Amino acid sequence: MALLEVKDLAVYYGVIKALDGVSFTVDEGEIVALIGANGAGKTTTLHTVTGLLPPKSGTVTYHGQDITNLPAHKIVTLGIAHVPEGRRIFQQLSVLENLKMGAYTRKDKKEIAESLEQVYAHFPRLKERKNQVAGTLSGGEQQMLAMGRAMMSRPKLIVMDEPSMGLSPLLVKEVFKIILDLHKTGATILLVEQNAQMALSIADRAYVLETGRIVSEGSGQELLQSDEIKKAYLGG
Amino acid sequence: MEILETLINGLSSGGTYAMIALGYTMVYGIAKMLNFAHGDIIMVGGYTIFVTMGLTGNPILGLLAAVLFCVVLGVVVERVAYKPLRGATPLAVLITAIGVSYLLQSVAQMIFKSSPKMVMIADLGNVEFLGLYIPMYVIVTLICSVIIMVVLSLFVRFTRTGRAMVAVSEDRGAAQLMGISVNRIITVTFAIGSALAAFAGFFMLMKSPSLTNTMGAMPGIKAFTAAVIGGIGSIPGAMVGGIVLGLIEACSYKITVIAPYTDAIEFLILILLLLVRPTGILGKKRREKV
Repeated sequence: MALLEVKDLAVYYGVIKALDGVSFTVDEGEIVALIGANGAGKTTTLHTVTGLLPPKSGTVTYHGQDITNLPAHKIVTLGIAHVPEGRRIFQQLSVLENLKMGAYTRKDKKEIAESLEQVYAHFPRLKERKNQVAGTLSGGEQQMLAMGRAMMSRPKLIVMDEPSMGLSPLLVKEVFKIILDLHKTGATILLVEQNAQMALSIADRAYVLETGRIVSEGSGQELLQSDEIKKAYLGG
Repeated sequence: MEILETLINGLSSGGTYAMIALGYTMVYGIAKMLNFAHGDIIMVGGYTIFVTMGLTGNPILGLLAAVLFCVVLGVVVERVAYKPLRGATPLAVLITAIGVSYLLQSVAQMIFKSSPKMVMIADLGNVEFLGLYIPMYVIVTLICSVIIMVVLSLFVRFTRTGRAMVAVSEDRGAAQLMGISVNRIITVTFAIGSALAAFAGFFMLMKSPSLTNTMGAMPGIKAFTAAVIGGIGSIPGAMVGGIVLGLIEACSYKITVIAPYTDAIEFLILILLLLVRPTGILGKKRREKV
């Protein structure tokens, strides 16, 4: 049974159809990438999965439980964390407060402290800056904070939206290395990326979205080799 | 010495404005709406004090009853009138709030008629201070509002719910992704705002015992002005804005020539300030980092 199963999802913004029957699955332990051009519906898909957007029709099943119409704040408690596009960290709060916000649904103080140490182990930079106001961090640090914050809910499935956006090539590499690290610690990852090259190179499987539909799928390597994909998304 | 007296009076009425302004600013920051019925919650608090004191004669019981009733009313108004409009255009919500305001005023008029009621809370006398005679209610108002503001600041700064309020006001979607129930936080915000309005009603009746169904209208507008002066959405901003407005008012009352125009002067200062600093004294423009 798939960890996450999305079936025939249709989402509208007013009368505009954003998703038109999107179906895909994510198995436990996988890294699955959704790639596609701007406006293809990648972010919309993630927002629907984590409950920020209600679908018009279709279902989202997680661990065999129908979560389609569950509000976002309940879905977090089931073990899905969402690292949103543009980081969306709390700029007025300190780094530490942001991380604690990630553990909002957890009550076990001792274990929260353990999670905090784990996050600091992944991101030593955050520990150095734990009392700094998050709005003053650099773009790369903010991305790390957003990922660390998501880890604080101890998720089984981490959903990431454009984690490499706006970062220098060096930082992009680092972000992808961190994604692989998180994956090694047992997290399942659903990754949305415009940087198709990088995303496909680390993904077990990937789906290609085009104007609200899934137009092809395959293993990361298969798609990397596909002429069509190369032409459309990998720059020849 | 007269300056000191003016200062103390200004700080005291500023404390009351701050109390009300906090309600406007917290609701604006968290629910992203202007609750123009907020001033009328003060009036409802006033009538609650009137009824309770009529029954028991005890002003403290009156205050407690007013806080309780206003909290319930604020939460019910939010649930019934505003919650169904979440996601609607801001204009629809604004019109609804104005409607709620008139509804509350009209219901109060139906129940209590139009003639003013006298609510003599307690004659606390004067305090002599450096040769000045300052009414005790001024001191009580000042001290209480400072305590309330400190408690509220600590609550927002150090409790889990307080931090969640800051998170929701900054980014509602991201807050939901942390597992924060936005509806619950909005309910808490309306409850706190309404409780503060009840306190403001109590302070206002201590100052002037005449109670009518429009008692909350002008202080409501002025406190809203204070919230905008301080930077709407900012909690410290509402406190600073309230105090600043109270001081301007007290000074203006002292100068005979301009005293009759005090209200106009206050709004003029708002307009001038917004020309120079559109975000208010402590308001911040959000910077996006890419």
